[in-house]
Amino acid sequence: MRYLPHTDSDIAAMLKAIGVDSTDDLFANIPEAARSSREMDLPPAMSEWEMRAYMERLAAESPDHKIFLGAGKYDHYIPATVTNLLERSELLTSYTPYQPEVSQGTLQAVYEYQTLTARLLGLEISNASMYDGASALAESLLMATRIRKKSKGKIVLSSLIHPSYCQVVKTYFRPTPFEITFLPVLADGRTDVSALADMGDVVAVAVQSPNFLGCVEDLAGFGDLVTQTKAIFVTCFTEPLAYGLYQPPGGQGADIACGEGGSLGLPPGYGGPGLGMLATKMDYVRRMPGRVVGKTTDANGKDGFVLTLATREQHIRRARATSNICTNSNFCAIAAAVYMACLGKTGFRELARLNYDKTEYLKQQLRRAGMTLPFGAPTFNEFVVKLPPDFKRKYADLAASGGIVAGLPLADWYPELADHYLLCVTEKITRADMDQLVKEVSE
Amino acid sequence: MRSVDELVLPEALGYTENHEWARKDGSEVVAGITDYAQEELGDIVYAELPEIGQSFEKGAEFGTVESVKAVAELYMPVAGEITGINQELENRPDLVNEDPYGRGWLVTIKPADPGEIQSLMDKTAYYELLKGL
Repeated sequence: MRYLPHTDSDIAAMLKAIGVDSTDDLFANIPEAARSSREMDLPPAMSEWEMRAYMERLAAESPDHKIFLGAGKYDHYIPATVTNLLERSELLTSYTPYQPEVSQGTLQAVYEYQTLTARLLGLEISNASMYDGASALAESLLMATRIRKKSKGKIVLSSLIHPSYCQVVKTYFRPTPFEITFLPVLADGRTDVSALADMGDVVAVAVQSPNFLGCVEDLAGFGDLVTQTKAIFVTCFTEPLAYGLYQPPGGQGADIACGEGGSLGLPPGYGGPGLGMLATKMDYVRRMPGRVVGKTTDANGKDGFVLTLATREQHIRRARATSNICTNSNFCAIAAAVYMACLGKTGFRELARLNYDKTEYLKQQLRRAGMTLPFGAPTFNEFVVKLPPDFKRKYADLAASGGIVAGLPLADWYPELADHYLLCVTEKITRADMDQLVKEVSE
Repeated sequence: MRSVDELVLPEALGYTENHEWARKDGSEVVAGITDYAQEELGDIVYAELPEIGQSFEKGAEFGTVESVKAVAELYMPVAGEITGINQELENRPDLVNEDPYGRGWLVTIKPADPGEIQSLMDKTAYYELLKGL
């Protein structure tokens, strides 16, 4: 990216050219109430070497902790081949191009991402990706309203969808007449879908599997019930690796499958970056948000890639565009494609199995240590454990100085689950790590 | 691009400012887009049509046609209920280009007011409108 500085005289010349007195005048049409009059609270500017030292200090703080924390971001190992390939400049600096067809390599990489995503989720077509799992879910629900051509009605969400995702859905739907309702939770940690039978006017039903408590939902059973209501069945995920072991949503009646792809080769970082994945049935392709790369043949009969269905997008259709998504998370999507291709189908399955087996080991050891695992439904690499009330203090100590992040305390999200912790075990956790955790919680 | 004089504008049709045509067929009205509209849009790749049984006011959007370069809204030439849609377009949307007044028809409508079709432009008025564009 080019660095384009503006000197005072540059700015003065530009203002003069457009006939405005000051930069502030450019914002005159924004109401006073929406503007901040405060100075921005920023630290003083640093020199380049001060900045470098500062960033190095931050980098050195990267925790060497044993992370039993999942809840939407999963600490998976990223193979060196993935990192190495992604450092190639043509992948690292890629962006969905505005003159797309000149960037055949970028388009092909996205096309491969779409193919792998559609296969992983068991559906016919994927878009070129979106910002993150939460926005992918909200966009999927908007898509459902377009498919059913509804301008009002009920959007039904499982209470066990990631709470932050629900928040984003509420934000998206706040200005609309749609009503958001929640399905309750069963004693085994899964969603109680039975209430659906008594609901009228349902436009879409969304469920997450594995859900926020780590439990794998009965998607097929869910799908049967949703089909009877003529609503669109949206399934969502925070951990796509689960589909290496469990049936993908496509084969279980999902009309749209969406979620967070961070597990596929992206570091958890400080919570990002995210990768919004979305796949659906071909019948609904014209209702799908976001960009799509298609394969075609050129005038000479050679294979080529194009941005397809672009007529639905904002730059052509303006206010009538299918969605307001006009880009994708290209680098993250390519990272996911490289990651999936590196693992392959067999590797993906083996890795999923490894996550599952390790998690089952920790569950067993905790039970042996006398802890309660309140939910009986099958899990993948996350589960809920109830720990003694005095563990709360130790949790903070372990994180601060014990080198262990002992999962997510659920009380903040679900007040009825005080002293319950959501634990996650990825391939990076060793048996010794798990044994140590069990020791810490038992003491 | 053909000139206005080269466009096919059949006599017995009613025309709208939005470039739909309508023709009486017994108690129903058949509707489509004009030769001018299909020419402007270019190769049509998809027609999104309403459900049978849906009712619309005159001028209401009842669907879209998508070409390789644009998506255009379709507006009802007369008020009424949709009684049929051209299923053939699902696999052959190019029929709208090839034969806009024949096999490329879009919907049949049971008009709310059978006389409303008389209020549409005739060939001469529509020709004048195109001339002025």
